[in-house]
Amino acid sequence: MAQYDHELDASGLNCPLPILRARKSLGEMKQNQTLHIIATDPGSVKDFEAFTKQTNNQLLSSTESDGQFNFVIKKT
Amino acid sequence: MAARKKKLSIIASRGTLDWAYPPLIHASTAAALGYDTEIFFTSYGVELVKQTPRLKTTAIGNPGMPMPVQLPVLLQAMPGMQSVMTMLMKQKLKSKGVMSIEQLRALCLESGVKMIACEMTLDLFDIDQSDLLDDVTTAGIATYLEFAGKSHISLTF
Repeated sequence: MAQYDHELDASGLNCPLPILRARKSLGEMKQNQTLHIIATDPGSVKDFEAFTKQTNNQLLSSTESDGQFNFVIKKT
Repeated sequence: MAARKKKLSIIASRGTLDWAYPPLIHASTAAALGYDTEIFFTSYGVELVKQTPRLKTTAIGNPGMPMPVQLPVLLQAMPGMQSVMTMLMKQKLKSKGVMSIEQLRALCLESGVKMIACEMTLDLFDIDQSDLLDDVTTAGIATYLEFAGKSHISLTF
């Protein structure tokens, strides 16, 4: 089980809330720390790709299991 | 963040509960993505930045609105139907975890979204600036255009 610096449970939240919460969490983090996000909104898969690209953060992984989406973002 | 910050300008011209969401959702997301974002509230859109917004919805004139039961248009005009439609829409929004307009606009302001109310509209409908949220400034179209002209994206709702 990988360890992350920060966790964000955005389950049950709809667009744009997972992105807004992620932005807030990243704002409170230090550079090179990792954020693990759990979401249930299927739109979040494409949205987190677009989010990390536009905010110059790094999307380390994006996975799905049982309708739950997991993202790991590294703050750069 | 890149040296050249992207800009998004939005015109919000509608004053109904359903149409209150698109400008605020787009603005809050853009702000989270690092865009400099401005919303120009004009015409009925000014309702969205009132201290106590009076937002309702109706299916009349909006055949695209999904209805739990299809009603003939004439029945949609019955007394009380607007309140029923508004209540149903609020329930729907809540059941899907969507924020209220009051929460969403507060979030926009927290995220640095600049809100401008159209001066001509305030004058036309006798709206006092004290009726509006404190963080909202008033200005004319020239002010809006100054920002919109430099924007990468411009949206109208």
